[in-house]
Amino acid sequence: MTTLDILFGAVGLVVAASAVLAVTTEHLVHAALWLVVTLGTLAGCYLILGAELVALVQLLVYVGAVVVLVLFALMLTRAPMGRSPQQNSSAVQRIAAALIGAGTTAMFAAVLLPALGGELRPTIAGDTKGIATQLFGAWVWPFELLSVLLLVALIAALAVSRMPSKPDSQESAVPETLAEVMSA
Amino acid sequence: MIHLWLPLTLVCVLAGTGIYGVMARRNAVLVLIGVELILNSANLLFVTMGSVLDDKLRTGHVLTLFLITIAAAEMGVALAVILALFRDRGHIDLSEPGS
Repeated sequence: MTTLDILFGAVGLVVAASAVLAVTTEHLVHAALWLVVTLGTLAGCYLILGAELVALVQLLVYVGAVVVLVLFALMLTRAPMGRSPQQNSSAVQRIAAALIGAGTTAMFAAVLLPALGGELRPTIAGDTKGIATQLFGAWVWPFELLSVLLLVALIAALAVSRMPSKPDSQESAVPETLAEVMSA
Repeated sequence: MIHLWLPLTLVCVLAGTGIYGVMARRNAVLVLIGVELILNSANLLFVTMGSVLDDKLRTGHVLTLFLITIAAAEMGVALAVILALFRDRGHIDLSEPGS
């Protein structure tokens, strides 16, 4: 066991435990807060693996923005405070979900661990300058495409949230066209 | 120096937990939390491989940055869809049929 092993084991245990709590807790807001713990400690995992830039971006974007979006969604949909067991599926479905989740874990483990699990590798130091050089060199077109994607997502989110919930004119228009299609 | 089975095991556990979260929850926002966990397990795999493989293009780390951005965009659109669903139905219980 190396020092990095012990550090990663300790932080990874927190990640795994908080992830399990995030999907099993019956408090809606607690699920979002456990997600904060999961994502924050995962940034710590990235730090241990030597990826400082990714860890910082994870903290800024995920913990800073995505979790706030989740909390906003919970508030705007009038999530009940306190325990709400009706948010979980029936016991049968939960057992099936646990089986499938365990099966997925076993499948990934069966693929990844025999292939790479036994290796002891040195981690490459952060090298933020190298990442920046590659990001704005070899990866610059995917990077620009990503900014277009963000713009499209912004406009799409605006359009979807401003969509009228009961469009009377469209609702009457659609059956007409359908009827026309059926009669044709 | 790090043994690779530690991060890889965490990848497997996160993916399985996310699948459980997607399937065992009825609230749409909680399903989204499961999706986030699956995305993060993919991120961790990228970072692990990017940190231990000697790659000139730094593919693992750069793709993780891209994936985090895509996840943020996906969250924004998903939140808008959930809000539209809530306005239309009055609840976001995914196990009940729509009107």
